[in-house]
Amino acid sequence: MLIISCIKQVPDTTQVKIDPVTNTLIRDGIPFIINPYDSHALEESLRLKDRYGMRTVALSMGPPNTVATLRKAYAIGVDEAILLTDRCFGGADTLATSKVLAAAIERLTQKEEVGIVFCGKQTIDGDTAQVGPGIASRLGFSQLTLVDRIESIDFLRKTIKVRRKLEGRHEIVEAPLPVMITVVRELNRPRYPVVAMRLEAEEKEIKVWDNSVLQLDVETVGLKGSPTWVSKIFSPERDQGEIIGDGISDPVGTASLLIDKLLSKDLLTV
Amino acid sequence: MPLQQTVFIIIFAVSVFSFLFSCYQRLQLVAIGAPENRFDNPWARLLGVFSYAFAQRRVLARPYGFNHFLLFWAFIVLLLANAEFLIEGLISDFSLAALLPVALGHGLKLLFDIVSVVALGCVLVAFVRRLFFSPEYLGTDYTRPASGEALLILAMIATLMIAFFLLNAAHIALGQEVSWRPISSALAVLLQGLRGETLQGLAQVAWWIHALVLLLFMNFLPRSKHMHILTAIPNCYFKSLEKPNTQPRETFEKGARYGVSSVEQYSWKDLFDSLTCTECGRCQDLCPAHSTSKPLNPRKIVHDIKINLLKNGLARKEGATGSLPLIGAAKEGTICEEAIWSCTTCGACTSVCPALIEQMPKIVKLRRHLVQEKAQFPEELLNLFENMEQRSNPWGIAPSERTKWSGQLGDRTFKPGETEYLFFVGCAGAFDNRNKHVTVALATIMDAAGVSWGMLGKEEQCCGDSVRRLGNEFVFERMAKANVSLLKEKKVTKIVTQCPHCFNTLKNDYKQYGLEIEVLHHSQLIDQLAKTGRLKLHQQSGQGKVIFHDSCYLGRHNDTYEAPRAVLQAATGRLPGEFGRNRENGFCCGAGGGRMWLEEQSGSRINLERVKEAMAQQPDTLCVSCPYCMTMMEDGLKDLGLGDKVRVKDIAEVTAEALR
Ligand SMILES: Cc1cc2nc3c(=O)[nH]c(=O)nc-3n(C[C@H](O)[C@H](O)[C@@H](O)COP(=O)(O)OP(=O)(O)OC[C@H]3O[C@@H](n4cnc5c(N)ncnc54)[C@H](O)[C@@H]3O)c2cc1C
Ligand code: SF4
Ligand code: SF4
Repeated sequence: MLIISCIKQVPDTTQVKIDPVTNTLIRDGIPFIINPYDSHALEESLRLKDRYGMRTVALSMGPPNTVATLRKAYAIGVDEAILLTDRCFGGADTLATSKVLAAAIERLTQKEEVGIVFCGKQTIDGDTAQVGPGIASRLGFSQLTLVDRIESIDFLRKTIKVRRKLEGRHEIVEAPLPVMITVVRELNRPRYPVVAMRLEAEEKEIKVWDNSVLQLDVETVGLKGSPTWVSKIFSPERDQGEIIGDGISDPVGTASLLIDKLLSKDLLTV
Repeated sequence: MPLQQTVFIIIFAVSVFSFLFSCYQRLQLVAIGAPENRFDNPWARLLGVFSYAFAQRRVLARPYGFNHFLLFWAFIVLLLANAEFLIEGLISDFSLAALLPVALGHGLKLLFDIVSVVALGCVLVAFVRRLFFSPEYLGTDYTRPASGEALLILAMIATLMIAFFLLNAAHIALGQEVSWRPISSALAVLLQGLRGETLQGLAQVAWWIHALVLLLFMNFLPRSKHMHILTAIPNCYFKSLEKPNTQPRETFEKGARYGVSSVEQYSWKDLFDSLTCTECGRCQDLCPAHSTSKPLNPRKIVHDIKINLLKNGLARKEGATGSLPLIGAAKEGTICEEAIWSCTTCGACTSVCPALIEQMPKIVKLRRHLVQEKAQFPEELLNLFENMEQRSNPWGIAPSERTKWSGQLGDRTFKPGETEYLFFVGCAGAFDNRNKHVTVALATIMDAAGVSWGMLGKEEQCCGDSVRRLGNEFVFERMAKANVSLLKEKKVTKIVTQCPHCFNTLKNDYKQYGLEIEVLHHSQLIDQLAKTGRLKLHQQSGQGKVIFHDSCYLGRHNDTYEAPRAVLQAATGRLPGEFGRNRENGFCCGAGGGRMWLEEQSGSRINLERVKEAMAQQPDTLCVSCPYCMTMMEDGLKDLGLGDKVRVKDIAEVTAEALR
C-alpha cells in the first residue's frame, strides 16, 4: 500500500514583507522552506512506514527549484520523491493545483494501491486550505480534515479511524480507505535528518513529471485553468495602540487598568 | 645458589611477567581506539611533561597537592632504592655502594633514609585525610574516599617503608652495615638488646615483606586507579597542545561514522585518558552540572569509558557487539543521555585535571553521535537546529532584522581595504533586546576612540558556536565554511566581537577552516584603547560595589582574565570585587555548550547557584562580558527577587557610562 504526502515549497513567511507601494510580496532573497504543516504530513507518512512498512512518496508541484525541498524529504526517509513541474502548471490557483496533484496521484494508483494521501491543513503563503479537499473530491477519496491523531487502521476492512481537532472539542471519525487526510501540527513532532541520509539524499533521483507525462488539457491547468484572480494583497491597517498607566512605578494599578480596558472592549470574560 | 635466592628469582620472574602482561593487556585495549596524532612537536610535549608531571603544576594548585608532590618525588627517589633492593635480591654480593665513590654511596643511603621517612609521613597524612577529613569531592556513587582500594595502596606503601627501616635497622644492629642512615640507625639503637639470631631473623622477615609487598604493589598498579603512576607522565606528554575545547573536524562522506556510540570509536588518547584518571575528584568538584545535582559527573564519564573499555574492549576489537552499551540507562560503564546533554562545555574539568585528562570533548563526541547518527536530542533543540539552518540565528528571527539595532548610527558597512575592524555583532548582540544595549555601548566606545570599524549588516551569519558544542557538526561545518569564505571575500583582517562565543569560534574553531586573523573580544579592544590613551574615561563610582563574573569562553577557553578587570578598573577607578570562585576556578552561568537553548530538567538551576554566590559579596553591579551570562545573571536575580537590588551590566556598558 502506498502513502503519499503532498508537500509545498513556500517562502519563509516570517521573512516575507509586503511592498507598501506595489502591494506585492517581496520575495527577493527569501529562503524557501517546506510548508510547516506539510512536514507533519510527511512525518506521519514515515511513521506509518516505520510501523507497517508501507511505501512512501512525496509529491510536490512547483518550479524546478522545488527539488531542494524534495531532497529534504529524501533526507528524512521517503522512498520516492516526484516533482510536478511544467511551464503550463505555473500561476495555478487551488482548483488548478488540486487538478494536477490529483492527476499525479491517479497515475500512481494505476501501478499501486494508494491507501492514504496526506496534506497539510493549509499553507503559510496561500492559506486557503482547499487543495487537500480538492484532491479528495476529484479522486473520490474519503476526506478527513484537521486530523491530530491516527487512532487505528483496519487493513482487513480497509478503514481508518482518526481524531479531528475542532474548536474546543475533538471528534473521532472512521472512513473507508483510500482517504485524504489534512493534518494539524499537534499530530506529531517531525524528525530531524541524520547525516548519512542527508548525504544520500544529495544523490537520489528526483522524478520529474511534466505535462507530457500527465497529459492534461493545458487550458485546464496553471494560470489558464485558474478562475481565481488575486486583485490586491495588502497588510491591514492597524489602529495605533495607546499607552495606559505606568507599569514601572505602578505595576498593579496599570495591570487593573489594562484589565478594565480589555473588559470594556469585550476582549475578556470574567 | 642459596635456596632463598632461587625462590626469589622465581617469584620475581613470575611477578614481572604478570605485571608486563597486565600492562600489555591494557595497552592492547588502548590500541583499539581510533588514530589521533599526538606525536608532533616533541619539545613542546616534553615541556608539558616537565611542568605538569615533574613540577606537578596542577596538583599543587590545591593545598593538599603538596602532600602528593612530596610523595611523587619520594617515589622517584625510592625507585632507585628499590631497584637496588631488587638487584641485590637477584644477584648475590651486588652492592650499589661498591660501584660508586664512597661519599656518593653514603649520600644516596642518607637520601633514601630521609626520603623514606618523608614518604611515610605523606602516607600517614593521606590516611588521616581519607578517614577523617575527606572532602566531599573525593567520593562518588561508585567509590568512597576511604575505599578498600585507596586504603590498601596506602597501607602497602606504609608497609614498604616500615619494612625498609626494619631491614636497615637490623643490619645496622648486627654491625653489617656502616652508612649514613640516621633514621635506621636510631631504630637500630632500639633493637640493640636483641640477640644476633633474632636480628638475623628480623632482617630476613623484613626483607621478604619488603620484597613481596613491592612485587604485589607493582602488580596491583595496572589493575587499579594507581595505574596513573604508570600512565600520568606519558599522558602529560600526549596532552592536547591546543585548548582541548576546539574539537576536531569530522569528514562528511558516504559510509562515514560520526561521533562516538561505542568505546572503540574514541581515539586511543581518549582511552588512555580513561586509564589515567586518579579519581582525585577535582573535576567533579568544579563541574556546574554536578554541583547542581544533574546526572553528569565528568569524572564518572571518564570512569564509565574505562569500565566499558575493560568490559567490551576485546569483543569490540573482534567486531562483536559488547555486552555493555556506552550510551543508555545509567549504570557503571554506561552513560545516560541526560548526562550527555547536561554539559555546559565550561571547561572547568579540562582545566583543573592534574592528569590533563580531556573530559568535555568526550561528551561532545557522544553528542555528535546522538545528533548526527540518531537525530536523538532534547525536544527544544529541533527548533534551534532548524532556526540555525534556515535563518542563521538561534531565535529564528528574520535575518533582515539583523541591523535593526543600528538605526541611529547610519551606514556602518564594512568596506574592504578601508575599514580596520570588522565588528562581528553576533546574534545576541543583534537580536536580543537587552544585549542590543551592549552593542550600542561598544559602537559608542569605538566611535569615541576613533576606531575605524564596520559591520557585515544583513550579510552577517551566526558563527555556529551552539550547534558545534551541541554536536551538530554537519550544520556547523556549513556555517563555518560560509562565514570563512565571506570573511575572506571581504578581506577582513581584524575582528572585534562582543560575545565570547563568537570570539572563541572565530578565533579558534575557524582556524580549522583556514581563517587565521586577529580576533579580539571587546574587553581586549577596550583595554588596549584605554591603555594607549585613545579612550578618555572619567572614572566614576556610580556603579557602587562592582563584582565581575568570568565567562568560560573568554576566561578558561582563552585565558583572558585580566583584560575585562582592567577595563572595569579604568572605568570605575578600582578593580572589581571577586566571586569566591573566579578565574580558572570560575563557575559557569549555565548557558554554554548550547545549554542556553535547553531547559534544566533536574537538580537546581546553575544560574541561581551563581547569583547566590554573587550575593555573598553584596554587590550593587554584577558585571559580565558575555550575552549569555547577561541573560542568565539577570534571570537568576529576578528569580531570587533581587532584580531591583543588583544591576547586571556588560563591561562595555560600564565603560560607555564613563565616557560622559
Ligand atoms: C498570497 C497568496 C494568495 C493567494 N490567494 C489565492 C486565493 O485566494 N485563491 C486561490 O485559488 N489561490 C490563491 N493563491 C494561489 C495558491 O497559493 C496556490 O497557487 C495554490 O496552488 C495552493 O493553495 P494554498 O497555498 O492555499 O494551499 P492550501 O490549500 O492551503 O494547501 C493545503 C495542502 O495542500 C497541499 N498542497 C498545496 N499546494 C501544493 C503543491 N503545489 N504541491 C503539493 N502539495 C500542495 C499541501 O499539503 C498543503 O498543506 C494565492 C497565493 C499567494 C502566494
Ligand atoms: S565542561 Fe563543565 S559542565 Fe561539562 S563536564 Fe566539564 S565541568 Fe562539567
Ligand atoms: S578526570 Fe582528572 S580531575 Fe577528574 S577525577 Fe580523574 S584525575 Fe581527577
